[in-house]
Formats: sequence, C-alpha cells, structure tokens
Amino acid sequence: MKLHIDIEKKLGDFCLQVKTDISGERTGIFGESGSGKSTLVHLISGLMVPDKGVITLDGEELFCSRKKINLASERRRIDIVFQQAMLFPHMNVKANLLYGYKRCRPDNRRIKADALVDLLQLQPLLERGVDNLSGGEKQRVALGRAVLANPRLLLMDEPLSALDDTLRFQIIPYLRSVSEKFGIPYLFISHSLTEMQLMTDHILEIKNGRSFDETTPEQLARNRMAQSPNGYLNLLRLSSPRHENGLCAYRWGKNTLLVSTGEQAGEALFELSSREIILFKKHPEAISARNLLECRVTEMFESDGRIGVVLLVNGEKLVAEIVRSAADELNITPRSTLFAAIKASSFRVLG
Amino acid sequence: MRLTPEDIIAIGLSMKVALTATALSLPLGFAVAWLIVFKPFRGKVLLEVFVNLPLTLPPVVIGYFLLLTLGKNGWLGHLLAESGIRLIFTWKAAVIASATVGFPLLVRSIRLGMESIDRQLIAASRSLGAHWYDTLLTIILPLSLRGILAGSSLMFARSLGEFGATIIVAGNIPGVTQTIPLAIYDYASSPSSTTMALSLCLVSVIISVTVLFLHELLSRKLDRSRAL
Repeated sequence: MKLHIDIEKKLGDFCLQVKTDISGERTGIFGESGSGKSTLVHLISGLMVPDKGVITLDGEELFCSRKKINLASERRRIDIVFQQAMLFPHMNVKANLLYGYKRCRPDNRRIKADALVDLLQLQPLLERGVDNLSGGEKQRVALGRAVLANPRLLLMDEPLSALDDTLRFQIIPYLRSVSEKFGIPYLFISHSLTEMQLMTDHILEIKNGRSFDETTPEQLARNRMAQSPNGYLNLLRLSSPRHENGLCAYRWGKNTLLVSTGEQAGEALFELSSREIILFKKHPEAISARNLLECRVTEMFESDGRIGVVLLVNGEKLVAEIVRSAADELNITPRSTLFAAIKASSFRVLG
Repeated sequence: MRLTPEDIIAIGLSMKVALTATALSLPLGFAVAWLIVFKPFRGKVLLEVFVNLPLTLPPVVIGYFLLLTLGKNGWLGHLLAESGIRLIFTWKAAVIASATVGFPLLVRSIRLGMESIDRQLIAASRSLGAHWYDTLLTIILPLSLRGILAGSSLMFARSLGEFGATIIVAGNIPGVTQTIPLAIYDYASSPSSTTMALSLCLVSVIISVTVLFLHELLSRKLDRSRAL
C-alpha cells in the first residue's frame, strides 16, 4: 500500500498540515489527543474535504484540489473502525456484518463472510441484536463489518480506547490476524505507545496538526522512555507456565522467568517497565528478587538524560533504564556483561 | 350519545382530512427535516422560520393567506381554475389548511428524531460504500421512525382539531366540508343542541385517546424489535 498525503485543512483556530508518504501494511499514526489524528482519518476516508492538497492511494487520486478531484467516500474503499463500535442499532449482527459486503462490487468481494465469521468467532452472535453485545464483541463485529466491505485500506481510529485493559489486549490479536490473513493494509491511530508497539511496524507522529516525525515503534518507545511514567515497556509474550512455590515459571527463550501474577493458562502478554530492572556488575550473593539473569549489553541509548541499556539475555532482548551516574559508576559499555535482577511482581499481565 | 347522519359524515370527513393531510405531508416533512438537520446550505435559517411560521401565526391568518392564494383571483387558484381544478370550499381545501397548520409539528418531531442519530453511524454507512440516498433509506429513515411516528400522531391530532384556517378556506358546509370541530361550533350556537354537541365532543375524545394509544403501542413495538 502506498499512500501519499499532502494536505491542509483549517478548522477554526486549528490547522492540520500533513505531508507524508506512507508505505507498508501496518502503519501507526501516533499523537496526543487533539493533535489532529482523527481529522486526518476523516480526510483520508473522504468524510471531510481538505482545503487544498493531494491524497493518492496506490497511484489513484482520491483528492486533488488543483484538478478538482474529490472521490466520494463510498467509492474510496477505505473503511473505518471507530473508537465506539458504531454498529447500526436497528440491525442484528448479521445485517451489520453484511452491510458493506452487499454494497461492494462483486468482483471486489475477495473476503467471504464465512471465513471472517470463523476467524473472529462471531458465529454464536449472528442473530443477536447489537444492544445485547459486550464492548469487546461489539468491536469484533465492527471490525468484521469493515473487513467484509473488502476495503483497500482499513483505518483503525483508536479502536481500543473505549475498552478496558483486559479486553483491549484480547482484541489486538483479532485486529492483527484479520489484517494478516486477508492481506488488508491498515493505518492504526492511537495515543498509546503499547498499542503502537503491538500493532505497527512504522509510525507517523503528529503534533499540533503537523506531521512531526516518521519513526518505528521501537525508536518512539526509546525516545519517550524518560518522559513516560513507566519508562520503556518491555512486552513479553509468555505461555504455558509451571507452578513453582506459589509463583508461575514461564519459559522465555532459553530462560525461565518467575512471575507472581500470571495465573492464566495458555499464552499471556506481560509488560515489564525498564525501571523495574536493577543491574549488577557482579553476581550478587543474595537477593530477594526472584529473577537474576546474566546478560550482555548490546547497545546503549540516551533519552532526556536517562540511559537505556539494551540487554541480550540468551538471545532475548530487554531494555533497562538507569541514570547517567549509574552507567558511569558501573562502567557499562556495549559488550559489558551484567546481571539483571527483576522482582517476580514487576511483571504486569496485559491480557 | 346521539349522532345525526350529518354528524357521521362529519366524523368520516374529519378522519379523511386528517389522514390525507398527514399522509401527504409526511414525505415533504421528512425531506425538509433532512435538509435542516444534515445539509449545510445558505438560507437555512430562513427555511426554518418559514416552516415554523404556522406555529406562531393565528390559524385564521393562515386560512386568509390560503384563501388569497387559492381563491378565484389568487395566483395559484387562477392557474388551477384554468386546468379545471377548484379547491376552495371543498374537502381538499380542508386538507391543505390542516396540512399547513400541522406541518411544523411534523417537521419538529422528525427533526428531533434525526438529531438524535449519531453522525458517526452515517459516516460508517458512507465509508462502507453506501451512497447518500442509500444511507438515507437504510440508516436515517429507520432510525428516525420514532420521530416520524410522533410527528404523524401530533399532526393527525392537530388536523382533527383544525378550525380557524379550515372554516375560511373550506367553509362550513354540512356533508361537504363540515368536520367535527365545525359541526360542534354549529351546535354550540344553538342552545337546544347541547346533547348533540356533547356527543361529538365524546367522539373527539375517543379518537384522540385511540391515536395516543396507537402511538404508544407502536413506539413500544419499535423499542422491542430493536432490543432483540
């Protein structure tokens, strides 16, 4: 997917001015509330008209003020998954799912309803009214409805922000698998760095209505380490724990991690703040933290005066955060060998 | 309760006038409400004022304007007369009077219904490939049904009670243009006809209560079908 945007839109005192080329299947648009992310979504989808500029998708001009082209929203084949599911309240789940499918030209109907219903596990919900669905179910139906319209591009406009944490991380695998299985490129709009790390490969950062930076989720997380309240969040997908002295022992590559909150069977996603990792130059003799990992420093980066230390633990990556004086005192340099201590309670389960 | 054959005709005529006025006004009322709620255009305030004017004007004034327009010497009446159509002092004039007076009530209710529709539902429908008329029929119309129902009931009830404008454009001809309120007005002017007047009043009450019940019943049915 190649999306070229060079537009301007004035809304009262606010002016959105974005110039960028987006390519790739999983792109994030990141920015604080009020930065203009949703306005950009509306402009790309044709629900709002730019004051001037050009938008092209895979070579086709969707909007061009100079040539007076403005393709109607219903002809762009760009679908939106909104923050609230926005299901049609007078239709049941099945009718909602098929709304876009029926309006899609038969030769564009690449994705079939049955395959999607299976993937999103919607079979038991089909005949239900949409008022009888939970928040997560509603968002799954909304995703299914958008995908069944067989779009060229899917715009996910903060689709998880109305959900609580547990639900949010249950929906993410659906969002990813649908796009991967059916090959639909998406723009994922959010102000959550964790969501960006889980959903996207590269990111367009928007600040005060301007395209501010083009980066990767990893780079963005590193840049924001010092100012973010939880530092850099290491995301670990762990599965099939063994129970050991009241703790859960998870395999993490060739390592074992002891976690106090992981009661789920099967796979779970954990976050570990870079600030919860304590580094030792030598093997400490006795320590209360349940995880002590020998690791090698592969890289160091600076973020507003803090030092991020990228560690390799038997092939697995972790980022720890220390202050400059600690780095100097311990004489940490790339290729140093260190010991990282992590308390079993430092892991937070996301879903 | 005593009803004369003329009274029965008046009751029938009232129903016919109110039903026709409501049915004819519905599509136009829906279109005007849609324009006001969803379409940005210059002069929207003017349209709103014009639509709401009959609410604030005395019905007699509306009747008089209609008489001037539709009468033999009125511009529209003149045109219609050339095509062999005469409206003044027929039941059709009563329909026009009722439609004019009840129209703002209809538009207001439909408008309220439309304003309660989340704009993002419409955006969702458009981005899913629906043209504007498709969205109008499949999203806006069904989601404003409550408003349409409320507006129709109000307009029907208002038409049943229409007096001032009707008496001016349609007259008070028993068996031809005399509706329930006009018949009651006739009875009220002769002291010996109290029972007859009261009988017609009772009929009015029964019709009004039935309309209100029907409205409630249909609204609940709508709510139930949505909750499934």
